[in-house]
Amino acid sequence: MKKTRAETDFSHRRISRRAALLGGAQLLFIGGLAARMRFLQVDQADQFRLLAEENRINVRLIPPSRGEVFDRNGTRLAQNAPSYRIVIVREDAGDTDEVLHRLSQIIPLAPEDIERTKDELKRSPSFLPVTIAEDVRWEDISRVSVNAPALPGVTPEVGLSRVYPQGSDFAHVLGYVGPVSDYDLEKIADPEPVLRIPRFQIGKVGVETKLEPVLRGKAGAKRVEVNAAGRVMRELDRREGTPGSDIQLTIDAKLQGYVQARLDQESASAVVIDCEHGDVLACASAPTFDPNLFVRGISVKDYSSLTGNKYRPLASKTVQGLYPPGSTFKMVTAMAALEAGLIGPDETVYCPGHLTVSGRRFHCWKRAGHGWVDLQTSLKRSCDVYYYDLAIKVGIEKISDMARRFGLGIKHDVPMSAVAQGLAPNMEWKQQTYGQSWRVGDTVNVSIGQGFMLASPMQLAVMSARIATGRAVEPRLIKSVDGVEQPSRGGESLGMNENNLRKMRRAMNAVVNDRRGTAYGSRIIEDAMRMAGKTGTSQVRNITAAERRAGVIRNEDLPWERRDHALFVNFAPIEAPKYAVAVVVEHGGGGSKAAAPIARDITLQALYGGQPPLEAYPAKDRERIEEQQEKLRGMEPQASFVGRDQA
Amino acid sequence: MSYLEYAVKSAPVGFRKIFYLNWPVALLLASVSGAGFLMLYSVAGGSFSPWAEPQMKRFAMGFALMIGVAMVPIWFWRSLAGVGYLLTVALLVAVELFGTVGMGAQRWIDLGFMRLQPSELMKITLVMFLAAYYDWLPAKRTSHPFWVLIPVIAIIIPTLLVLRQPDLGTSILLLAAGGGLMFLAGVHWAYFAAVLASVIGLVTTVFQSRGTEWQLIKDYQFRRIDTFLDPSTDPLGAGYHITQSKIALGSGGWTGRGFMQGTQSRLNFLPEKHTDFIFTTLAEEFGFLGGISLLGLYALIIVFCIWSALTNKDRFSSLLILGIALNFFLFFAVNMSMVMGLAPVVGVPLPMVSYGGSAMLVLMLAFGLMQSAHVHRLR
Repeated sequence: MKKTRAETDFSHRRISRRAALLGGAQLLFIGGLAARMRFLQVDQADQFRLLAEENRINVRLIPPSRGEVFDRNGTRLAQNAPSYRIVIVREDAGDTDEVLHRLSQIIPLAPEDIERTKDELKRSPSFLPVTIAEDVRWEDISRVSVNAPALPGVTPEVGLSRVYPQGSDFAHVLGYVGPVSDYDLEKIADPEPVLRIPRFQIGKVGVETKLEPVLRGKAGAKRVEVNAAGRVMRELDRREGTPGSDIQLTIDAKLQGYVQARLDQESASAVVIDCEHGDVLACASAPTFDPNLFVRGISVKDYSSLTGNKYRPLASKTVQGLYPPGSTFKMVTAMAALEAGLIGPDETVYCPGHLTVSGRRFHCWKRAGHGWVDLQTSLKRSCDVYYYDLAIKVGIEKISDMARRFGLGIKHDVPMSAVAQGLAPNMEWKQQTYGQSWRVGDTVNVSIGQGFMLASPMQLAVMSARIATGRAVEPRLIKSVDGVEQPSRGGESLGMNENNLRKMRRAMNAVVNDRRGTAYGSRIIEDAMRMAGKTGTSQVRNITAAERRAGVIRNEDLPWERRDHALFVNFAPIEAPKYAVAVVVEHGGGGSKAAAPIARDITLQALYGGQPPLEAYPAKDRERIEEQQEKLRGMEPQASFVGRDQA
Repeated sequence: MSYLEYAVKSAPVGFRKIFYLNWPVALLLASVSGAGFLMLYSVAGGSFSPWAEPQMKRFAMGFALMIGVAMVPIWFWRSLAGVGYLLTVALLVAVELFGTVGMGAQRWIDLGFMRLQPSELMKITLVMFLAAYYDWLPAKRTSHPFWVLIPVIAIIIPTLLVLRQPDLGTSILLLAAGGGLMFLAGVHWAYFAAVLASVIGLVTTVFQSRGTEWQLIKDYQFRRIDTFLDPSTDPLGAGYHITQSKIALGSGGWTGRGFMQGTQSRLNFLPEKHTDFIFTTLAEEFGFLGGISLLGLYALIIVFCIWSALTNKDRFSSLLILGIALNFFLFFAVNMSMVMGLAPVVGVPLPMVSYGGSAMLVLMLAFGLMQSAHVHRLR
């Protein structure tokens, strides 16, 4: 189409107009973009700068190192040892299957570990290390290091893990640590962020958990720059945390080791208390277990063998175990009567072998009876009828009060797990618990530490210490925290008549050192070390009248769990008491046979601060004792090992 | 003697034409590309590979192409307008049938030596075709309904083909550039007003129908539209890119964090940092001053193009130059609106700066045509 000049001019003008219009609109839009840029980059810069920092900076916690635990002489009981693990980084490894295969030929690896590693490798980002094996032995670590060129992406890492060098000796007192579980987190209202660090260990049982806040310390933090995928590019700065406080127990590791070895595989427990300060010098429960197993994560097999054992190795019997104190309670009944002024000088009671109270017959352990007995004779020969008679005169309220004054039926503040309160029953208690009124027969049972009466070995040791000193000795387990001596509580006078206490001590002396005493066989010959004590044999079953007529079955003929508990409490030396001891052998039979020899050996060990000379023992026992000492020396606490033996 | 005074004196021939190029535009293009090389070097962590070096080679090729195209008289190119348009549409159909699927969309044909992206080429041939059409059409018929329908169809066909790939960004650019050219050619106001009114009406009706019995589209489609329009409702999904992009821009401040110091791009928080979101890296590292400078360079290119068009008495030439300028404007305006959170993320790169060969070569071809029109203008 041919166009005229006018047409061209006309269209050109129109194009110019519209081009100017459109061009203007474009410039306007560019102006708008500039304004928006100004708004974002100048007006809101601070806010976005902050967001950018939040993007790139991550705060990572540095776990604090846990406080260590020492015994009273500075022996290390719990420490943090390096624990080695092997990790693999996918992006460095390349063919992970091949690398894992090679690794499994160099060091022993469980097939489950390999499977789990492969699984985790698939799920996690390629730059994150995945743990192949934990607690690897040092030899295996060196083998991995030597073969490093053949194992791309595989590196050994070192972390700190709890180790208990004394092994099983302190399993019940110290307890153990373990990785934080979901269950642990649920129990804590406001968990510290440090608890969420993988593999972070917290106390699970015993002192480890009771003193957790002291031992844990404060976490440090480091700021790292990360990229969008979360990979750490560099560390910006760090603030070190505060390590946990070291603590010192009142326990003497050497004595504890001896006591544990002496109890051996019996289902038994023993407590040694320093009479002056209440320091717990030994607190052993047998059988025991290796707490190191729990730190590493105990195998199902090991765990079920511990829970399936009828001797209950996991139970801390010294504070958790409650037993009828049996005849060891007779001092309480006697003191209640003495303090009430109900025992005149030279007052005697006739024991025909039984006592009939409101139509029910209560037997003395000796069917033939003891004849005429006074306070000292009754305790020495452990006559039951004497105490039945006393208890009926004194009444349960006074006995119950006296029990509490001696530290029974009250919960002592010891930082161990599951500390039991025990029971010193009175009328009100029975009414509240059973809705029944107290009967005089109940009093008769309590008078010889049977019936409702329950006490733990720790409480019995406290009772013994209180009789020995006349002061309200309180057990103390923590000697110092971070070098700061912890005060010992209690120690004030019990406010009892010193003459009465002296009578008790004399009677207890007779129990051990009088030819006719029940514990005469376990006496100490060395004059300066002689001890006073009391045997106890507490029934765990009722002996029926029919059974009694047919003749009581001997303990040895009963199944283990129905045999009597054997108990013994003592203190030594008599003139200036230093140590109070309580020993309970579950279902051990008679206190004089099963418990007293153990208590004597422990007492001597404590008094001599090591193996006592044979001269301290009665001459006819020395040969046997020597054999026993020989055997115990071979039972030194097993050396703890670092790293799991996976071979 | 100023450049413009010199230009009107005589019509150049032969290689002397090279002195008559619109050098300001050529130099501005080189500066913008230079900024691009710098940013590609930076996002690669201070390395010429993998992006800066190929980009520089392509720019060199593109620059040579531009000059080559500029040497050929504009009337030759005009004679190719119709054939070029048809050929490109045919290529779009070919992509539809045999194209390679890349990034979830069919976009290119592998020619062996290079990957041809016909949708990029379409932007140029469409503008050429419309410019030639209106050059041919007598001015008084411009607003006749029949003569309006022909260019509308010529725009709609490639737009729909590109939309099918699917490449929403490019099809919007095609539609806007085609419509813009019709506007420049002098099509009556009423047509644009009618189209605008009916689009507004349709959108309003669809949104009005939401939640009523006669709802026109499905619920999930509405939700998709919601996220598309306001990515902040989905901060970790669709909104992640735009949030991170705004953070990068904003943290730049007045003067930026310094060359290669941008944490957002260096630590990979920015998506597509070497292509669609490259402007954010520039704004983060050089701040408001850097960003506004680049925007200024773009504005100058537009201004020089419009000036060249207004001083050109040939109808085809001035429409072509304006169309190319409009295309170029739409290109960077959409990209910048996108990274500043003003527009949905539609996947439009920043012209001459983003990494990408096809787009750069096509742009340089377009500016070659613009230079040819400039050199061979009626004086």
